[in-house]
Amino acid sequence: MQVSPAMPKSWRRDTKPHKFCPGCGHGLALKALGEAIDELGIQDKAVFGCDIGCSLLAWDFFNVDTVQTHHGRTIPVMTGMKRARTELVCIAYMGDGGGYAIGSQHMVNAAARNEKITAILINNTQYGMTGGQMAPTTMPGQKTETTPYGRDPEVAGYPTKGPEMVAAITDERAYVARGTIARPRQLKEFMKKALQNQLDGRGFSFIEVVSACPTNWRTNAKETWYWVEKTLPTYFPVGELKVPEALRAGGGAKNG
Amino acid sequence: MGEGPITEEKRMFMTGNETVAWAALAAGAEIMYGYPITPQNEIMHYWTRLAPKHGRLFLQTEDELSAGFTTVGGVLGGRRAFTATAGPGNVLMQEPVSMAEMMRLPIVIVVMQRGGPSTATVIYSQQEVTLTTLGGNGEGFRIVYSPSTNQELFDYTIKAFNTAWRYRFPTFVLADGYQAKLREPLTIYDPAARGIKMVPTEAYTGRPGTPGIDRPPGQYRNTYNTEEELYEVILGLAAEYEKMAAEVAEYQSFGTEDATVVVVAHGVVARAAKDAVEKLRKEGLKVGYFRPVTLRPLPLAELRAVAGSAQKLLIAESAYGQLARLVKEAIYGTKTEIVPLYKPGLGVTSEEIYARAREIVA
Amino acid sequence: MGRPVRIVAAGEGGQGVQAIAEILAEAAYEEGRQVLYIPAFGVEQRGGVSLAFLQVGDEPIAAPKFEKADIVVALSGRAVHRTKQYVGPETVFVYDTYAEVEEKDLPQNAKRVLAIPGLEVARKELHPRVFNVLIMGAVVEATKVVTADDAKKAIEKRLGYKFEKEPKLRELNYRAIERGMDLVGKAL
Repeated sequence: MQVSPAMPKSWRRDTKPHKFCPGCGHGLALKALGEAIDELGIQDKAVFGCDIGCSLLAWDFFNVDTVQTHHGRTIPVMTGMKRARTELVCIAYMGDGGGYAIGSQHMVNAAARNEKITAILINNTQYGMTGGQMAPTTMPGQKTETTPYGRDPEVAGYPTKGPEMVAAITDERAYVARGTIARPRQLKEFMKKALQNQLDGRGFSFIEVVSACPTNWRTNAKETWYWVEKTLPTYFPVGELKVPEALRAGGGAKNG
Repeated sequence: MGEGPITEEKRMFMTGNETVAWAALAAGAEIMYGYPITPQNEIMHYWTRLAPKHGRLFLQTEDELSAGFTTVGGVLGGRRAFTATAGPGNVLMQEPVSMAEMMRLPIVIVVMQRGGPSTATVIYSQQEVTLTTLGGNGEGFRIVYSPSTNQELFDYTIKAFNTAWRYRFPTFVLADGYQAKLREPLTIYDPAARGIKMVPTEAYTGRPGTPGIDRPPGQYRNTYNTEEELYEVILGLAAEYEKMAAEVAEYQSFGTEDATVVVVAHGVVARAAKDAVEKLRKEGLKVGYFRPVTLRPLPLAELRAVAGSAQKLLIAESAYGQLARLVKEAIYGTKTEIVPLYKPGLGVTSEEIYARAREIVA
Repeated sequence: MGRPVRIVAAGEGGQGVQAIAEILAEAAYEEGRQVLYIPAFGVEQRGGVSLAFLQVGDEPIAAPKFEKADIVVALSGRAVHRTKQYVGPETVFVYDTYAEVEEKDLPQNAKRVLAIPGLEVARKELHPRVFNVLIMGAVVEATKVVTADDAKKAIEKRLGYKFEKEPKLRELNYRAIERGMDLVGKAL
């Protein structure tokens, strides 16, 4: 018996089931994004850029024009496309490495220039596709393939607080939030606001998504959810950090 | 530093990546800088596990630009520093390597070639030959070893540190994703036990004493004001490079004296080539084998001699003519025909080389 | 002494294909043979087809890849498809009956095609987790590349720490090797 779960309209059905691991957070984040695209009615204008890492598996995920870029280079590619074609809705999707390590200079500069793109970053505290090495978001004491004895903040610093950094260097026109796969409806609402910020022509929008990687965390289902709901939020608190006036109180009006 | 990590010769059965980590340890490498990219990640995985037990250090940087520049920094500070990368990471690495080339800094970089260009595959190729031998915005004054077995990976990683510090050119160990992941037997050893003396490192910065008072300041630059200045600098580098080339170039060959066809291959493909040529010679066919062990500098005189006497060179590589390009430049003027066996991104089997050589031998 | 024995094993990621190859490789190495083992897989961390290439001989192995294998073991439908290129007139092709393959999709040019109910037997008599160990037993019997004893020693070396905690596992794994050898013995 074939069960067909409810999928966003903007998803491509013939590439499902997808190739992400069982328990991966990408499926939930991409569902929230798909629903946001549906509800805003932008399937024809959206362009989805993905990084290299597990996000590369999303290159044929949507019925939305998609470009698989290079590791850390999704933001500049989407920036270049948006400046060339302002009517497109450019979405730069990446992992914690792509946004906070190799791509950090692009994140900082796009934010500082208030580029009118939407960056979505999946934070699962390690590099998934390459086998579980330390990421900028790896937590103190967390064991990874390159911190086999646990991340020592004396040697390797503390986890990167991306949305906090972006909120600090952007002005009031940017939208910055941190969502979680544990609250998919809230995540979808954050994504809608982020995309609306772009549609309104106001400025940069950035959402970090607290996510899961049971494969490299080596956690079972129960442990995985504990990490997502309890452990990660102690370093990565969930919520909106910066909301332009016009996007508050449920408005999307183009007068902010 | 105390007792070395390898106290006696040991027969091991391990992957190329693990081999590199052990070789670096054995060579006395003090710090590794690196960034994750398949297929060389396990070099870091093994290094981070072994390093603390032997007082060595590690930093995972934010990308390969940083991994290369931090390695440069470590070397300037007088430490035996190294890094490893692959594919797109190797592309980024060319910027720091250019600096090392200009400033004659002894950095060691291990490269595990994967498919290219762009992200391509994480698996295997020999498509980074051009990049590694001639990358960067200069003349390619670097040294490139191309090992083909895990034993050689061990031997040449140790040798790379010595070559780099003796001649002060950036030195690469150019292997590939197959070598990185394949498991085969080898013997690991302490270089000192085999009479290999590691060339001591020297600090460029932070020498004892106050600059200007106890000693001259260490002042290093890579910029010049006029074309004439640069011209003199480059000619100077070239002269040093040519002098080094005679001592550093390495190759292996057999059966070339009477051969009408010579198979030319490097790295892991050379294994298949050797096997094929041995079979052909057993059948009485006049086929020879030539394997450059250094791709840069190439063993020019020997290569030219082989090209001069053979009718055809069958060049087998997992790239679209990158080895061939180097060979053609080296043998310019000889009349030999180049027969390509180009399989970019794909392994080359002994059977394929055998079949092709048999086809073309007179 | 002739050329090395060439083995290709393939299955879905997670079926334990690499483990089989690694254990056999270790066993052969400990026996003093020349061995070369190389895995091949795609980018996905889970799922995707996983292949293992193993060569065992008396001379140092020439190259990691080869044209045709002496034995191919395929544990899924996709694996059957993916390994066809390694099948030649000298190849024994073994597949698990769980991989629902139609007659027409099986290689037509192999020396022998053997269907063994590995997963079925593992489920009924042992435990699905030792399915790959059972398959390993089948490979040992079909190729004689190592002795059953050496295969058991290699498993002990790899999983001994688990067997210490749960001694029943040792019996289970040894039994799986024997059953696998059985199944091939009967099929041949």
